[in-house]
Amino acid sequence: MFEIGLTHFLVLTSILFCLGFITVVTRKNAIGILLGVELILNAATINFIAFSHYVESPTAEGFIGGHIFAIFIITMAAAEAAVSLAIVMGVYNYYKTIEVDKVAVMRD
Amino acid sequence: MPIPISAIAFYAIATIIVASALIVAFSKNIVYSAFALLGTLIGAAALYIFLQSDFLAATQVIVYIGGIAVLFLFAVMLTHNIEKSVGSNPHMGLRTVVPFAFLVLGFLIYAAVDHNWNIQAVRNSDPTVHKIGNAFLNEYLLPFEFASVILLVVLVGAALVARREIGARISQREES
Repeated sequence: MFEIGLTHFLVLTSILFCLGFITVVTRKNAIGILLGVELILNAATINFIAFSHYVESPTAEGFIGGHIFAIFIITMAAAEAAVSLAIVMGVYNYYKTIEVDKVAVMRD
Repeated sequence: MPIPISAIAFYAIATIIVASALIVAFSKNIVYSAFALLGTLIGAAALYIFLQSDFLAATQVIVYIGGIAVLFLFAVMLTHNIEKSVGSNPHMGLRTVVPFAFLVLGFLIYAAVDHNWNIQAVRNSDPTVHKIGNAFLNEYLLPFEFASVILLVVLVGAALVARREIGARISQREES
């Protein structure tokens, strides 16, 4: 219980992932959905680091792979956030709302 | 038996993360949700320090908290009338999704607890910056370059998508 191991991290990131999942599926606000995506990505990144810290790697230098993957996740999350928020701004300029169930028409 | 300081730190960080993630998921106000995301990101950075990955904790603070979270706050402020922000973050279908999410959570926790992970006896406690730099310039060089190309494309693409039609705006203003 008090010896923090890999399982603690896996349980924590499972909770974080499920909250992100609930956010993505139930939100109507487009920015709310993107916040949920960030929660899921953070859960995945924490998992990568926890595995690279606790689980035995096949090579002596192998544990750095989890860090590399986490850095790429952060890079892609930044790219995804920039593009999706740009799209949200464009949708808001056109429709004056960003609630996804009201933005159902994709052409003029 | 005294509780070790690492357990106290972990549970405190986990409480911060889960509490702010709950606000992100269930708050009725989009401004509160966006600010609560900051708590989750700071908690994640603290967990990286807990796991002795120094470079990643710094990256998390600089890129996520300094970049992405501020970008989200700007997007919230630009798309919402801040005085009318109560009820700006509505839900739909919460009653069907939450039981399903609990099902998924139970399955994930069962899988995490049940599986016999190949735990190593000695933890990696070296500083990681040196190794990450070496890895990026040797075996991960091609993905690294691809990431920089993608970031360039994103920079141009986001500027193109978010750009306002300035000419149209000026003519609109002159008409009104």
